[in-house]
Amino acid sequence: MPDAPPAPAPLIDVRGLGFARDDVPLFGPLDFSVEAGEALLVQGGNGAGKTTLLRALAGLLDGATGEVRLHGVAAAAAARAGQVAYLGHLPGLKADLGAVENLEYLCGLLGRRAGVDIVQALGIAGLAGYEDTPARNLSAGQRRRLALARLWLSPAQLWLLDEPYANLDLPGIELVNRMVRAHLDAGGAALVTTHGAYAAPPVRTRLLVLDRAEQAA
Amino acid sequence: MSDGAPTLASAARALVVRDLRLLWRRRGDALQPALFAILVVVLFALALGSERDLLARAAPGVLWVAVLLSGLLALDTLFRGDAEDGSLEQWRLAPVPLAWLVLVRTLMHWLTTAVPLLVAVPLLAELMYLPRGLWPVLLAALALGTPLLSLIGAVVSALTVGMRRAGVLLALLALPLYVPVLVFGAGSVAQAAQGHDASGGLLLLAAGLVLALVLAPVAAAGAIRIAAQ
Repeated sequence: MPDAPPAPAPLIDVRGLGFARDDVPLFGPLDFSVEAGEALLVQGGNGAGKTTLLRALAGLLDGATGEVRLHGVAAAAAARAGQVAYLGHLPGLKADLGAVENLEYLCGLLGRRAGVDIVQALGIAGLAGYEDTPARNLSAGQRRRLALARLWLSPAQLWLLDEPYANLDLPGIELVNRMVRAHLDAGGAALVTTHGAYAAPPVRTRLLVLDRAEQAA
Repeated sequence: MSDGAPTLASAARALVVRDLRLLWRRRGDALQPALFAILVVVLFALALGSERDLLARAAPGVLWVAVLLSGLLALDTLFRGDAEDGSLEQWRLAPVPLAWLVLVRTLMHWLTTAVPLLVAVPLLAELMYLPRGLWPVLLAALALGTPLLSLIGAVVSALTVGMRRAGVLLALLALPLYVPVLVFGAGSVAQAAQGHDASGGLLLLAAGLVLALVLAPVAAAGAIRIAAQ
């Protein structure tokens, strides 16, 4: 598209982001940006700092150096609350509550995307028929699907997905890819960590390889 | 955005509904602090013998210590479950202040652990032969003191939330902070028993409660941010 108007500020723009644990640098300094409609695949072996990077971006980690801008506006860690959806290893599901009750609680806390309701999201995640099943009776893969349904309901534009493929069967992996694609098509962006390239969403993807404090982009 | 971002009220409602549902699922657990306090008082009554005067004189202190210890036992459940399943992370990502969620959670915890205990207090007072004329002062002191204990406990509990097992450490950190509450709480009942005006201790408890309502959630939220790195 020649002579397009100046591109809007990238959804997330990271300059010089680094993190050191006990003075041993874990990663960085990293520079990258992700635009709306784009996914960034963060690759690296165990212990390369993928989870730490995502937690730093979500604002869950103090002590990270560098600057993070959301929509071109500098955002301190606390200011990122509500603007990112973080899917980590622990999805915050209460074991004694049913699937719908869990989603009601998390949506009440984190907000809900307009036009998506909870039962619909459960259907998309492949959990139709499990509406009232307590989370403790779901399998690990089904709990992961429940967390994905929560992600689908999130109003945040930027998704931070830490190993979203963990515990999922092949249709589940396909589900993650479908959800990421739909999210990007709707103008969102996603950072996805994975320790291998076996499952990447078929979308416009950039790659960030964390390899013991070195980077490529 | 028909559903919009959560407001303070809607986030609080979500948390309250969740806690009430969890309470209903595990309704047996809700009675445990009250049962514990009853057992402690019974043990005291058995150990001190059946002298009415001695029991009545010891009653304010014994009742307060029983309430305080049962609150201490329940303290570990305040944030631990939410820390272990990742809920605290989602709280921090919510577009409402963490301190607000901490306050709502602490008050719900007080409601579900301390209020059943308050209901049982007349029974405990009767066990200790506490004169019925002192019940209003005792109940007023406990009604002001137990939320204050919960709020102080929230800060300590938040500080230890990153540890796998905080049991004794939690008690070591919390008990010194509980001392003023115990002194003014039990003291006001003892004052009333001697025919003095008990309102001084009660007012101090009320002032402490107001102070803690404002400061404790902020401190606890800061502690959660530090502990859950």
